Amino acid sequence: MKLLYFAWVKQKTGVAEEDVTPPRHVSDVTDLIAWLKTRGEGYETAFCDVSVIRCAVDQEHGDLDTSVAGATEVAFFPPVAGG
Amino acid sequence: MIRVQTEDFDIGAEVAALTKGRTDIGALVTFSGLVRNMNEGAPVNTFELEHYPGMTEKELTRIEEQAHERWPLQASLIIHRIGKLEPGDNIVLVAAASAHREAAFEAAAFLMDYLKTRAPFWKREGDVWVEARESDETAEKKWQNTAS
Repeated sequence: MKLLYFAWVKQKTGVAEEDVTPPRHVSDVTDLIAWLKTRGEGYETAFCDVSVIRCAVDQEHGDLDTSVAGATEVAFFPPVAGG
Repeated sequence: MIRVQTEDFDIGAEVAALTKGRTDIGALVTFSGLVRNMNEGAPVNTFELEHYPGMTEKELTRIEEQAHERWPLQASLIIHRIGKLEPGDNIVLVAAASAHREAAFEAAAFLMDYLKTRAPFWKREGDVWVEARESDETAEKKWQNTAS
């Protein structure tokens, strides 16, 4: 699974993208975040307040309940602010 | 049509290209957004627009498709710039063309409201990321409560 991070989420995790193989029990975005937080301080800081985290699964907006089973790409970012 | 680009755009040229050879368009509404020199009371200098390549294009296409489902549009256009921008620069252009003005006005507003809350862009000014505004979410939600 490819993970992508944008804006301040990228700055906090310290990586723009990475390939990971999460443990089997990781089935939705909530599980994925919980697992990522165990991977180091940067991740823990980035995901300390999930209310300000937005995500996309395979390039479509998702939420904490969105399934990541079989997903090839999951992205984490702050609320969007274009225009 | 949607485009994500670093270069500037010429509103007149874009509108001319959109309506060229068409005689079925009776109304064309364009909105262009520019970089303001103030944000939340603080002066703005140069900032950088980051986006999610791949998803940005998909999301803008989805937004455009939804507008076409809701209103009888003959043509539409979304252009969003990325990279370094400074106050006074063009940042976004949306255009909606229809037979009559009501659909064109509404669709242009819809395109902008959805772009603001759904298109994956972020602005960084120095080390500070510009935060999303709650009023933008409110603007998007009003379209979900109105059947058109």
